[in-house]
Order: sequence, then structure tokens, then C-alpha cells
Amino acid sequence: MCLAVPMQLVEITGEGTGKVNAGGVRADVSLMMIPHVKLGDYLIVHAGFGIEVLDAEEAGIRLDLFRELAEATAGEEEP
Amino acid sequence: MNSIEESRTARALARDIREAAAKAPGPLRYMEVCGTHTMAIHAAGLKSFFPDNLKLVSGPGCPVCVTEKRFIDHAILIGQKYDAALVTFGDLIKVPGSLGSLATFRSEGGAVRVVYSPLDSIEISLQQPSRPTVFLGVGFETTIPTVAATLKTAKVREIENFFVLPAFKTIHPPLKALAAKDDLNGFLLPGHVSAIIGSDSYDYLVSEFHKPGVVAGFEPLDILLALRDLVRMTVEDSPEILNDYKRVVRSDGNPTARKIVKEVFEPSDASWRGLGVIPRSGLALRESYSRFDATLHLPVEVPDAPDDPRCLCAAILTGSKTPDRCGLFGKECTPEDPVGPCMVSSEGTCAAYYKYGAA
Repeated sequence: MCLAVPMQLVEITGEGTGKVNAGGVRADVSLMMIPHVKLGDYLIVHAGFGIEVLDAEEAGIRLDLFRELAEATAGEEEP
Repeated sequence: MNSIEESRTARALARDIREAAAKAPGPLRYMEVCGTHTMAIHAAGLKSFFPDNLKLVSGPGCPVCVTEKRFIDHAILIGQKYDAALVTFGDLIKVPGSLGSLATFRSEGGAVRVVYSPLDSIEISLQQPSRPTVFLGVGFETTIPTVAATLKTAKVREIENFFVLPAFKTIHPPLKALAAKDDLNGFLLPGHVSAIIGSDSYDYLVSEFHKPGVVAGFEPLDILLALRDLVRMTVEDSPEILNDYKRVVRSDGNPTARKIVKEVFEPSDASWRGLGVIPRSGLALRESYSRFDATLHLPVEVPDAPDDPRCLCAAILTGSKTPDRCGLFGKECTPEDPVGPCMVSSEGTCAAYYKYGAA
């Protein structure tokens, strides 16, 4: 039930409301819980509300860590 | 990342987990608290990566699963007596109560509406102003602010036929009860609940219970990384609360969301399927929002509703049994014709085992 998906904020439609887009699907979203959000940010959307803004820098750190781990096994045989 | 990199990362993490687990003095048992993690773990077949001495058991973080049968009865009785429109998330609709499910109530002519957002229930109440509209308030900290925000909107717009039947739950009280169990070594902590309450809020796991916890995202690699960190902390006997989902979860969570919740709700005792009544583990509407409380304004007599004694959902929610130990599992109890809520909810442990197998 706590499923939430990242969607990009593509339009501010009013005070505390906007539109998000994920893979061509546009939906209304309430921005009431994330007053600091900016156009173009990726939101974590749950039940029609943006509950948090995705931190792009942290997302990059995670990818770097995973790439480093991938390199460590790159030379090994596939099981 | 491409799929080759992903599978290499998964192998690296699986190896780290195996190597760390080999140093453990005994069996390692962790609980994934959140039902969305349960589903992700089974869908990706992650259990096949674990060494034999590492077990992951499901916890109480499936809102539908911990909701008592009596709540379904309560909703249907309100629907019958007041000809109310019952508005709910889709998860709840097939849960059997003693008077049938919301789905059977609807097939008998009851007004049951499934929505994506609680805000949709405002529109429904405006469409039929003479009919009470009742939102069935099930969920944890991720969902609670969305209902609180809806109630604030209803208050501002002075909507008189909108009500909430609250059965909300908060995660800390049951987690404290579970942390005291000797057979659990640590916790895979929920991602989106933590986005609201913050990773710092779990510090008591370390200070009171000397157990590690890791906040995890929902991708298979996120979950493997969190498990690696849990096993390492257990083996090194250095428990901490780690946040492996920093791209979404802040250490202090989302204070704006919590402020909205606090304006509308106050802590109350709540009854959990499988765990009984836990003090201050639920939320009730504050005095200033009591005009929206369906319990007060649409009163009905709700009889006790004992569970089928053969259903092991209670033991499954506390990590003491797995679904394959239940005599009903896959026979009398299937997703099409469920006996207990752990089979109904798409993120229930029984539903996950049924769909993907025990591994």
C-alpha cells in the first residue's frame, strides 16, 4: 500500500497543485507536503500527493557504488 | 545501469552477504517490516541469493493485513444503515468480514467506490450531497498525511457529507514490541513510511534493543545492499540505523507532512490483527475535526468478529510462521477466494508466497 513512484513535475497548475509525467502518463499531483519543490524535480508520488523530492546527488552516489561493485565481479565467470 | 551491470552488482552483493553471514555465530533472522518490500523480495526471487543461515521474515507493515475483520463489518453496517457511499483504496475490497467483503456488498447493491487518492472522495461527496460519503481510513504513515490533507481540504470547503472511518496505524509501537523478540537480529526498515517519519526516528532499536536497522529502497539491489549492511552490523556487533535510501529519505523525514497529520489527528489505542491492542499505535480525529468522524456521526452497533481459528495470519504477521505452515494455504485459501487478509492484499505474505513460491 505504501507503493510510491518517481514522477517528474512538468507543470505548476495552481497553489500547491501540479502535473507530473512518467513515461508519457500525466497526472494531477498535490504539492502540499513539498512546498520547496521546483519545476523539473522528480517527486515520489503516493495516492495523488508528492511526499518527497528525489535527491539527484544521492541517486548518483548510489549508482556509483553499484557500478564499483559491478566492476569487482566483472572478470568472473557468469554462474 | 544496464542489466549486465545490475546482475554483476547483485552477484557482488550476494557474495558480500555470504561472506559476512559465514562469520555469524548462529542463524541470522531479519524482518522486512513493510509489505511493499515483501512483494519486491518475492517478485525478484531474492531469497535464492541468501545463504542457508540467513532468513528474512515478513512483518506487520501491510495495512490491509493488520486491519481487523470488525473494521470491514463496521464499514458495511454504516453503508447499510445510512445508505452511505463507501470510498476505499482497491486493496481492501476483497477482504472478507463476517458480513461478506466490500466487493460482495457492492454486488448486492451497496455503494462502494475505489479511488487512487483520498482527494477523490471529496469529488464523490460533492456529486451526491444528500448522501454521506465515508472514506475507509486504512494505512500507515505514508498514507496518513494524504488523508489528513484531504480532511483539511474538506474543512476549508465546508463539506458536510464527508466522513472518515479511521483505522490508521503507526509503525513504531509494534516495531518496539517486535524488537524485544530474541529471534530477530534486525530490521529492514520501510522506505516510504521513513520518508515521512525520518531515519532518525528508529534510534531506539539501537539504544534500547541493541539491534541494527537499515532503511531500504524497493529495487532488488537496494534490498540486497540493505541486507549486506544488516549482516555486517550483526557480525561486527556494531548495530546502527543506516539509511540506504537517501535519495528519498531524509534523517528528519518530511516535517511538513507530519505537521499536517498533527493538526488533524492525535494518537489513540489501536487494535492490530495478530498483535492485539497496542497503546497509542493508532490515530483518532482531533476535536477540531470530529465533525468528520464516521464513528461519531454515523453510529452503528458492531458485534465482535472472531477470526477463523485455522487462519495463521496473526503468526505470519509477527514472523513466527511462514504461509506454507498453514493448512488452509493454497487449498481453502487462495487469492481468488481468500480466508485471511494476508492472502487478500497484493502485498500480503501469503499472496506473495502463493504467486511466487516460498523462494
